[in-house]
Amino acid sequence: MRIVVLVKPVPDTTGQERLGPDLRVDRAAVPAVVNANDEYALEAALKLVEAAGEGEVTILAMAPAAAPETLRKALAMGAQRAVLISDPSLAGSDTLSTVRVLAAGLRRLEYDLVLAGADTSDGGAGVVPAGVAVSVGLPYLSYASKIEPGAGRVLVHRLSPSGYDVIEAALPALVVATQALGEPRYPSLRGIMAARSKEIITWSLADLELGDTPVGGAAATTDVVSVRQPATRAATRVVREPATVAAAQVVEFLAERRLI
Amino acid sequence: MDFSRNPESDAIRNAVAQLCAAYPDSYWQQLDVTGAYPSDFVAALTRDGWLSVLIPTEYGGAGLGLAEAGAILEEINRAGGHAAAAHAQMYTMGTLLKHGSEEQKHRYLPAIASGELRLQAFAVTEPDAGSETTRIRTMARRDGDAYRITGQKIFISRAEHSDLMLLLARTTPYDDLEDKTRGLSVFLVDLRTAVEKGQVEIRPIRVMLNHHTTEVFINELEVPTANLVGEEGEGFRHIIDGWNAERILVASEAIGDGRWFTERAARYATERVVFGRPVGANQGVQFPIAQAYADLEAASLLRDKAAWLFDSGRACGPEANMAKLQASRASWAAANACLDAHGGYGFASEYHVERKFRETRLLIAAPVSNNLLLAYLAQHVLHMPRSY
Repeated sequence: MRIVVLVKPVPDTTGQERLGPDLRVDRAAVPAVVNANDEYALEAALKLVEAAGEGEVTILAMAPAAAPETLRKALAMGAQRAVLISDPSLAGSDTLSTVRVLAAGLRRLEYDLVLAGADTSDGGAGVVPAGVAVSVGLPYLSYASKIEPGAGRVLVHRLSPSGYDVIEAALPALVVATQALGEPRYPSLRGIMAARSKEIITWSLADLELGDTPVGGAAATTDVVSVRQPATRAATRVVREPATVAAAQVVEFLAERRLI
Repeated sequence: MDFSRNPESDAIRNAVAQLCAAYPDSYWQQLDVTGAYPSDFVAALTRDGWLSVLIPTEYGGAGLGLAEAGAILEEINRAGGHAAAAHAQMYTMGTLLKHGSEEQKHRYLPAIASGELRLQAFAVTEPDAGSETTRIRTMARRDGDAYRITGQKIFISRAEHSDLMLLLARTTPYDDLEDKTRGLSVFLVDLRTAVEKGQVEIRPIRVMLNHHTTEVFINELEVPTANLVGEEGEGFRHIIDGWNAERILVASEAIGDGRWFTERAARYATERVVFGRPVGANQGVQFPIAQAYADLEAASLLRDKAAWLFDSGRACGPEANMAKLQASRASWAAANACLDAHGGYGFASEYHVERKFRETRLLIAAPVSNNLLLAYLAQHVLHMPRSY
């Protein structure tokens, strides 16, 4: 089982995020981490390969040149290698551009299954996996709470508002992972040490067969028009006393405001 | 001077913090109440390879240094845990690694790296010989291909949870020695068989913290000559070689404790409202916490320097001793600031402050008293007269 996992390095959500003059997140200002939803996809991929007893997991990312530092964490979790597509002209890419570049990257790789996280914590559009599947011509199976590969096929439980749908597709296919697949593992010391020597292949745009397809900031079809902060929430009071004391404090708090 | 982030060190700290998150305050509190050993926690650390950090790769370890080992222990204590068990399995093998024969190293180190063999007990102190190691009385007599050892050891941690134990015993009577630092030897003892044969008896001692402390009675213990570690008569020198490393690791544990105290104290002082405002709005509450934080940062820099010196093979005696001294003092100050900020709740066990308070107090007295560190600095760094 050869699985490719789409991974995006995103700014660590520590509250220190800043916007650049172009109103986009200043990615150099805060440390990058692996997008949390992508970690669930990676965990699912690692479990599938472990269960199959054979196979390999390849990370595919489109990111700035500093990304290898972040990809090492994904490699420390157990992926065999990473492919990083990085090119100065990709700065300012929107989702359409990202779809085109990742699809072109996938065309250069051999795989049975592609896994992706549901969305990213920075952009949050959630359309890239579907776009990549359509662009490459792969069956698209979204919101998986269970993934069962069989001979040439994959069966997925797709979460729905009323439960789940059982859907099946021929391989290769693209499956969107959800948190229901299980908590991502944390790297072991052996994993961190092994990641030191794992391969991170870097491709520039010249390595992809994009032809005349426009990509990058210059080709963006969307524009950031304005940005505003969400309204600040009122101060939160957290009660941490033991239950016997805390209950009285909560009751007092609510009673003071005539809520009970 | 380069203080930039090291991604691999960050990865180690994050991974250990994630592992520790599965062992919350309540886990450690329960162990403290029952006096139980953190078996699950140690098994998880072993499974993920964290305890093999200092063992060279040729023997199945990670081959990293004290900087990384210290970061691991610091994160465990920072998360509210107690790193003593981890510390011991990580570091006790150091004497074997540095002074053992190739045969001994190949026989034991891979099994210690994998966790199959637990070497986390080191029997040195005796009822009448604590800091004055050269006064130990436990006697080893050569008898053909073996030594026969008889004596008593006290304050030996984790002997009940260890397969192997390093033992310091006298091979030349004290009065026959011109140089009193000679005449001691280090032995590797298989506790499993020794206890089964009745040659070693381990009795737990209840102390003020959950350290699995014991007394070890040794009666005609037969140890093959093949288990002598290093040279006969050079045992004292062999063990003091490991002391600098131990002090850097203990400093890291103190720094981890101190960070737990300052983080908890700052959070509680911000949330707890008295007389209509957070208690942390009072300078009498917030200044000791801020001072402890600054002291911890200073201790951490000293620890980093000591670890760097050690890992690059340079002499680090003064720095290792000062790191342990400053870190244990800073953590103790942080413990008191945290307890004071919590008021009466700080004494309630469900706030965990009193448990950590007891645990970090030990680090001022052990594994070496801070007074002896000052005596070392005065005599060997400042060249004043010996004071003891």
